Amino acid sequence: MVPGKTTLPMMPLGRGARRKNSQLPRRSRRQPAETGRRFLDLRSGEVDIKHPKVRHETVLPVRAPNLTMQYPQVQINHHYARLWTGHDFYPQFPSFATCSKELKECSGHVFVDSVPEFCLPETELIDLSTVDVILISNYHCMMALPYITEHTGFTGTVYATEPTVQIGRLLMEELVNFIERVPKAQSASLWKNKDIQRLLPSPLKDAVEVSTWRRCYTMQEVNSALSKIQLVGYSQKIELFGAVQVTPLSSGYALGSSNWIIQSHYEKVSYVSGSSLLTTHPQPMDQTSLKNSDVLVLTGLTQIPTANPDGMVGEFCSNLALTVRNGGNVLVPCYPSGVIYDLLECLYQYIDSAGLSSIPFYFISPVANSSLEFSQIFAEWLCHNKQSKVYLPEPPFPHAELIQTNKLKHYPSIHGDFSNDFRQPCVVFTGHPSLRFGDVVHFMELWGKSSLNTVIFTEPDFSYLEALAPYQPLAMKCIYCPIDTRLNFIQVSKLLKEVQPLHVVCPEQYTQPPPAQSHRMDLMIDCQPPPMSYRRAEVLALPFKRRYEKIEIMPELADSLVPMEIKPGISLATVSAVLHTKDNKHVLQPPPRPAQPTSGKKRKRVSDDVPDCQVLKPLLSGSIPVEQFVQTLEKHGFSDIKVEDTAKGHIVLLQEAETLIQIEEDSTHIICDNDEMLRVRLRDLVLKFLQKF
Amino acid sequence: MDPECARLLPALCAVLADPSQAVADDTCLEKLLDWFKTVTEAGSSLLLLQENPCLVDLLTHVLDLKPQNVSPRVLSFSLCLAGTFAAQEDCFEYLQQGQLLLGLFGEAGPLSWAAWSVPIVRSGWIRGLRSLAQHPSALHFLGDSGAVDALFSLQGDSSLFVASAASQLLVHILALSMQGKAAGSSSLQGSAWPACAQKIVDHVEACLCSTAAPQVTQALNVLTTTFGRCHNPWTEVLWGQLGPLVAHLLENEPIPAAHSLVDLLLSVARSGPRDMAVGGSSSPVFASADCGLWETTARMLSCLSPSQAGPLALGTLKLQNCPQALRSQAFGVLLQPLVCILRATAQAPGPPGVLDETTEGSSMTVDTLLSSKSACVGLLCQTLAHLEELQPLPQRPLHWPQTLLVEAAVIILKLCEGSVAPSSSEGGRLCGALAGCVRVQRAALDFLGTLSQGATSQELMLQVFAVLLETLESPASSPTVLKKAFQATLRWLLDSSLPPSSLDLGLPAPLFLKELFPVLQKRLCSPCWEVRDSALEFLTHLTACWGGEADFREVLLASEVPKLTWQLLRDPESYVRASAVTAMGRLSSQGLQAASESSGHLEVQQGLVGELLHILSVDSEGFPRRAVARVFTEWLRDSHADVARDTEWFVATVLPMVSRDLDWEVRAQGLELVQVFLAQTLGQSSPHCPYVVTLPKASPPSPLPEVLRTLCQLQVFDFAFRALFDCDRPVAQKACDLLLFLKDKTAPCSGLQEPGESSDVTSVEATLQRWQAGEQGQPLSTLEPKEVLAALRSMDLEGLQSRLAESSDHVEKSPQSLLQDVLATVAVLEENVADCY
Repeated sequence: MVPGKTTLPMMPLGRGARRKNSQLPRRSRRQPAETGRRFLDLRSGEVDIKHPKVRHETVLPVRAPNLTMQYPQVQINHHYARLWTGHDFYPQFPSFATCSKELKECSGHVFVDSVPEFCLPETELIDLSTVDVILISNYHCMMALPYITEHTGFTGTVYATEPTVQIGRLLMEELVNFIERVPKAQSASLWKNKDIQRLLPSPLKDAVEVSTWRRCYTMQEVNSALSKIQLVGYSQKIELFGAVQVTPLSSGYALGSSNWIIQSHYEKVSYVSGSSLLTTHPQPMDQTSLKNSDVLVLTGLTQIPTANPDGMVGEFCSNLALTVRNGGNVLVPCYPSGVIYDLLECLYQYIDSAGLSSIPFYFISPVANSSLEFSQIFAEWLCHNKQSKVYLPEPPFPHAELIQTNKLKHYPSIHGDFSNDFRQPCVVFTGHPSLRFGDVVHFMELWGKSSLNTVIFTEPDFSYLEALAPYQPLAMKCIYCPIDTRLNFIQVSKLLKEVQPLHVVCPEQYTQPPPAQSHRMDLMIDCQPPPMSYRRAEVLALPFKRRYEKIEIMPELADSLVPMEIKPGISLATVSAVLHTKDNKHVLQPPPRPAQPTSGKKRKRVSDDVPDCQVLKPLLSGSIPVEQFVQTLEKHGFSDIKVEDTAKGHIVLLQEAETLIQIEEDSTHIICDNDEMLRVRLRDLVLKFLQKF
Repeated sequence: MDPECARLLPALCAVLADPSQAVADDTCLEKLLDWFKTVTEAGSSLLLLQENPCLVDLLTHVLDLKPQNVSPRVLSFSLCLAGTFAAQEDCFEYLQQGQLLLGLFGEAGPLSWAAWSVPIVRSGWIRGLRSLAQHPSALHFLGDSGAVDALFSLQGDSSLFVASAASQLLVHILALSMQGKAAGSSSLQGSAWPACAQKIVDHVEACLCSTAAPQVTQALNVLTTTFGRCHNPWTEVLWGQLGPLVAHLLENEPIPAAHSLVDLLLSVARSGPRDMAVGGSSSPVFASADCGLWETTARMLSCLSPSQAGPLALGTLKLQNCPQALRSQAFGVLLQPLVCILRATAQAPGPPGVLDETTEGSSMTVDTLLSSKSACVGLLCQTLAHLEELQPLPQRPLHWPQTLLVEAAVIILKLCEGSVAPSSSEGGRLCGALAGCVRVQRAALDFLGTLSQGATSQELMLQVFAVLLETLESPASSPTVLKKAFQATLRWLLDSSLPPSSLDLGLPAPLFLKELFPVLQKRLCSPCWEVRDSALEFLTHLTACWGGEADFREVLLASEVPKLTWQLLRDPESYVRASAVTAMGRLSSQGLQAASESSGHLEVQQGLVGELLHILSVDSEGFPRRAVARVFTEWLRDSHADVARDTEWFVATVLPMVSRDLDWEVRAQGLELVQVFLAQTLGQSSPHCPYVVTLPKASPPSPLPEVLRTLCQLQVFDFAFRALFDCDRPVAQKACDLLLFLKDKTAPCSGLQEPGESSDVTSVEATLQRWQAGEQGQPLSTLEPKEVLAALRSMDLEGLQSRLAESSDHVEKSPQSLLQDVLATVAVLEENVADCY
């Protein structure tokens, strides 16, 4: 290994190249990520509770799954010297001689040679130390958690389901393992100088916030971060400081993946992210509980809306079979959990029909064994079919049988047992899908020179063209079958029709067709009313106001109330009580009895503490019919009465008495000069038309 | 009526009249009605009633019993039965004497009963009336009894069956009352309609003037049926009277009952040509140019919405005697959606002549296409289906815009694929509506397939092949779309031009084949069995047509396709295995089977025969085994090299397998194989038609005794005799035909037999009798030719053939059996009741 000569391209996280055709522009995963950073500020509200005993600022950073939290940006990551076939960059660009050791060129592309670095979540918009709660939607969304919990002063609670935590741990463990397995001394930093960076070719010059990029975390940090997570189950109601209640719901995308309902007594916000309506292994998406939402925040839709997952699985199988039949090997760069379970299940049904029973399938990952075993024990998080298998009892996933029959073999790495068992032609599933680190690099090296072999990309997170760039020229066939089971726009439209939220909030990108396919009007969210969209780093006021707050009445106080029916079915009562507020809970308690006026001094002190419960004037209700009121006035001897209509009601003019009675919807004013008797008479006449209680 | 039925009839009537004995099955009653109808059609109903008084008793009894005590089924049955009897005028009079008919069909009858709320009773009432309305007396009865008024209200009945029957009965009554008037149409010019007809016409008129859409629909339905059925001079008068009212409906916005209006206009228009054909004179309705039909149709075409106008346009184009201008307008309506699509996607929209005719109303079409996804999809599917239907008809317009249609189909498919990027906003919205729409894709592929027969420029043909290839290649294509795409591709490949080898290299087909085969390869590996199956079917058809062409052979053999097809013989899905068998059979016939790297041609071929024999003997599903049997028969018929090498070995190996197969189709196919073998060894059976030209036989058949011996050794007779008593009739029929053929061929030999040898036949006959009795396990001793000849001669094969030709339920279908069934069902029900206590 010669570190000085190992370079791979910087990967500005090109999630989701859409089509096989390299000429077609794509919408990268990062675009929604950039604009998807939002937090819901649930502090605001119309009811202002004056003196809460405990004050919590509940800021929930509810992140879009495609934020930097989810996928650390892989900046530079390569550690295998034998892979490098390029040469130093500076001869072509003499002005960059200062950072020549960092920049390398290969097949017309410029790369940075450095230890891998990752882009951190946004920290300027919000001080993470003030965040109380983080909700994790699925295991792909938690890759940056150690950066937050360990380095920002965060002291809050993290909520996630058990499979999310366990599989998230596996993903992080694999990442750390891949990075630590091949240590590299220094990071490249000179190229980050803005004056140099802007002169570099794309995509280097377009990389954002490069100065904030950090090296990968350690296992210790991962363990510490995970220890801060509190486990929750679907439909479990979690009280947050009395202010809101949050509930995870199955989102159908991955084992333990969740959508969240965040609700108070009178408002309901649904956060839908990374959901799937397809029948795959996880429990189906819970749509019913999303109904009656005031606001539905929608994000994490499919990266490749034009690729139907079923069709892609078909492509995957056909290409795999064709390659193997011709004596070639198939390499599938993938994550150790998720779609791989479905792929193995498809292959389980397919290999016999395709006559591939004798072909070995290898799954190589430091966490391969744990991943395969974990999938079999999370029965309650699986779809119904798989759940029912557990009672037979049978393993829910058929990969158990593949392992048992030696058709699928798994290894922690290419070293050790694998090298003894390795037989070709074969199919290898291994990471990392970016092709920048992990055992996949070895196989690219090993099989890249032969056109008999095929690499099949199934993960939608990375542009396969960028992933392959440093391996060029490459003889092996490349097939792009991105399998993204998350909601597409047709499914979103059905979902919204079913759930009928009052408002939809989504990233701006979802409200217009992708720039590369501006004619595809079907590739955008179409709903009524039109969705509210947001951009990167934009703080959004959700379109509802908190008008009501629930207040409890103590039973003894309720007993003392005497309701009076003012309309059929509607009764009112006046209440005199003390409002007690603690932890955002409000309780009306009976007022203390007024103390006996034994001494003036004492009484004064009591009246300081307790509101004055003197007899109140009765409350009035009802409306004054003007015509009848005028008739009554005439009956009582008033004459020369004139009625004028105003915008808010009427003015009754008693010209003789020089008096004005202003009747409006919620008030009546009698305006007369210095004739108290007249005013009282008129007041009594007005009161006759109103109810008192 | 035969005496046995007459004997059973009183018991049957008693059962029906007894409210405590429920008849479980409706179909029995329907069969009874059918039988009574046959009986009354064959003889006098009056006589029948007089000879079987139980029938009148049944009707009287039903009427006497309080209707709530009679089951609605029996009530309905009785009404229909009474109508059937009263269809003959003397019987009608007979029943009327007892006021029976008035009781059953009059206003005081069922209309006032509680059972009237049951639809089956209302339906029975209408059917009864429909049966009896055959003569003038019935007409008077209908007028006096108030039945016509009841029918008016039943037109809006909640049961669609009742409403439709009521409407049809009104038409029947109208036609019946006009029956005598047909000759003197001039007398109708005034207001000289018979009373009953006048009443109906007045009602229809009133309904046409109504503002309520259901009433208008009812009136239009009556008229549609009238013009559909009656082609007499009075219908012209009727149209002259009501035509203006119909035309007036077009002035409303929106047009009420548009679909019914379209049906009516087409019905009126169609009533013409048929008359012309029959009478040789111009149709009554079209006799006068001012009848207004064409004007009304033209107005309707221009003011109906595109989706409503489509069926009218198609119907108009199918008419034979339609003015050219109207035909052009109608064709324009059909083309409009496609022209709009081409315009929106900025394609050249065909020759200017077509465009001019379609500009009118195109904005409405565009609005429909863009209004919503479902409207767009609906209109396009309808248009494509209409054009597809029109394409092969002789009435299709002379100037068939082949180029425009092909371009439109191509662009629609591209829109569905999402692979076209129109610049206009309309194009963008169309793309949004059609992207990924499987329904439109299927319709467009079907349509494109039918267009293959027209002359298409080479440039356009390239576009067609490109879009078909794109569809076949796309991972998003669903299995049904792929199937259609394969079918369309096949049609274009086969119809577009001459076979590939006779083409210049520059022409599309051979180039296309080179691109097609990698796709076909991929589809043969699809995890979806429907796709593998469609791909195999495509391969089979293509090989059948082009198997002998050098270019095709070269491309095929250079690909993995033959190898993959072989592998699919072991597919887990039986349909795929069956298709793979057929495909391999075809490939092998053409010498295109996979050449294995390690083995030579012969080994491969023997391997294939072995593989197919393996499937025939062990496959658990019927389809692959049937396919193997068919392939073997074809191979034998075509003298496939591997079969011809040792035909007897081949037949000897196959026969034991097919004869024991559980699937009757395999056994039948096995007999077919034997038939082919016999034809080859004994010569063809004499042709039924004396003018059939037969080729001279290449080699004279072997001497008969020798052949017979061979057949005995191959156990052909064992198989044929067993099959003669097969529980599946088609197998037995085939075996019978086969043995008759043998009997015919061996007739010259029969004289050779000596009289004393008949004892051997006894044992054969005994075995055959046991087989007939179902003891198929009984083995047949090794047959000698002489025994066979004797057995063939002694068997009544001709008699057996005619018995087998009768349907298997001919015994059970007799009326006697029906009556016994009804009685037996009741008896069983009674027993069950008794058991309960």
